[in-house]
Amino acid sequence: MKVTLDYDACHGHQSCAIAAPEVFGADDIGNAVILVEGEIPAELEAKTRRAVGNCPEHALTIED
Amino acid sequence: MTTIDPVIDPTSDYDIFDPQYLLDPFPTIEQIRQSSCPVAHTERWGGSWMPTRYADIVAVAQEHDVFTSRQILVTGPPDGQEPEGAYAGVAAPPISSDPPEHHWHRRLILPFFAPQAVAKYEHITRDLCNELIDRFIDNGEADSAADYAQQIPVRVIATMLGVPTDMSDTFTGWVRGVREAGLVDQEVRVAARGNILGFFFEQVADRQANPREDDLITTLLNSEIDGQKVPVEYVMGVCNLMLVAGVDTTWSSIGASLWHLAQHPEHRQQLRDDPELWPAAVEELLRAYAPVTMARIVDRDIDFQGCPMKAGDRVLMSFPAANRDPEQFENPNEVIFDREHNRHVAFGAGIHRCAGSNLARLELRVALQTWLERIPEFELADPSTVTWAGGQVRGTRIAKVKF
Ligand code: HEM
Ligand code: SF4
Repeated sequence: MKVTLDYDACHGHQSCAIAAPEVFGADDIGNAVILVEGEIPAELEAKTRRAVGNCPEHALTIED
Repeated sequence: MTTIDPVIDPTSDYDIFDPQYLLDPFPTIEQIRQSSCPVAHTERWGGSWMPTRYADIVAVAQEHDVFTSRQILVTGPPDGQEPEGAYAGVAAPPISSDPPEHHWHRRLILPFFAPQAVAKYEHITRDLCNELIDRFIDNGEADSAADYAQQIPVRVIATMLGVPTDMSDTFTGWVRGVREAGLVDQEVRVAARGNILGFFFEQVADRQANPREDDLITTLLNSEIDGQKVPVEYVMGVCNLMLVAGVDTTWSSIGASLWHLAQHPEHRQQLRDDPELWPAAVEELLRAYAPVTMARIVDRDIDFQGCPMKAGDRVLMSFPAANRDPEQFENPNEVIFDREHNRHVAFGAGIHRCAGSNLARLELRVALQTWLERIPEFELADPSTVTWAGGQVRGTRIAKVKF
């Protein structure tokens, strides 16, 4: 599983980082950064799905 | 006192200051949502439209070219014109700005509010909460709204702005002037606004004469846009907004959350048993007790969900309504800390998403954690004496508890 970010749609709610701090962080203006390169480790998949489902701007997408 | 005519049909005549609506707006909102037109209209308070579905409210927030921020108060002059006066040219950027200016108005302040930047306020917030509790813990009772919630955010913001924290009561009075009494009485609002801007005019002059290290106002005064120093009106406007946007919002949300926890021992227990739940619990309390309703002004005549909106009309964005839409949230009226998905919009959506959201969450978490550590068991002293403010910002104002 991979996750991608549409940076233009992201408005820095940080709901993603709250749900999955291992996978998402913040840049200097508080918008999302994806901390995991490539495949999301299996043990973080559930958290990542939750994070994606919490983003009010639909800026995150999962690619299975 | 303002008298409110009784509301018979909220779909065509709602009143956000109706006493019943102030106490509990959700049955009215649900009634509108289930009706043939889920976008209600009223002529009261200058007239406005009020969508009640999550999808419609988020659409209004995201479509900023149609729904402008020329005026964001829920009452008052719809064109946003302030009366002539000393500070007529000062607005409240970025909340009162539209693109393209909105971009730099917001960009310059965002670094102060990133999660890593606000983390430094955790310590002072915790100390402050402990000091407040020290004052009343031996009494066995306290007003969780007035003695606690109300006291916290104003001091955090004063610290952030580098202005005297011992003026907190004065600041609180000004903020209430703009956002409570001022919503139904324009004279009160204009006077409070004059006090705030007069104060920041002096603060800005002081920083120009005596620049400070590591100071928000000094940093803003020195920032440049296209090779030019930013206008002083911008800096005053940002300070004005931080005071008005950062105080009663966060205090209302701390207050409403304590009111909830006072009545739900099982939720207090859940947080004690599983401290890892805290971040999700804070989001869920923000969802269920979203304090803020904002407004937009329609830029041009449009048809929105079958409603003929005219240029200049006001549209309310009730984020409390969005967050209780059963189409978006299962069992929306229940507080469920471990909800699978929580796309709540307590902080709005789109380009005006609350810039202070990371600070607000930190304050809410620390205020609730500190309270529960020191006062694990408590209940409302008398539910019938609890009062709520509403309109623009919803939260408890008097909520006595015993422990
Ligand atoms: C629980 C507390 C809070 C809530 C629920 C809240 C809610 C909101 C909402 C809904 C908006 C969007 C306004 C719009 O779309 O017109 C907003 C904007 C804003 N808030 Fe907050 N707020 C809170 C706390 C704070 C704090 C502590 C600050 C810090 C000073 C702050 C600063 C701002 C600013 C600067 C904006 C304007 C952003 C822009 O227009 O680009 N807020 N807030
Ligand atoms: S939740 Fe969505 S909008 Fe918010 S920071 Fe994450 S990706 Fe961006």
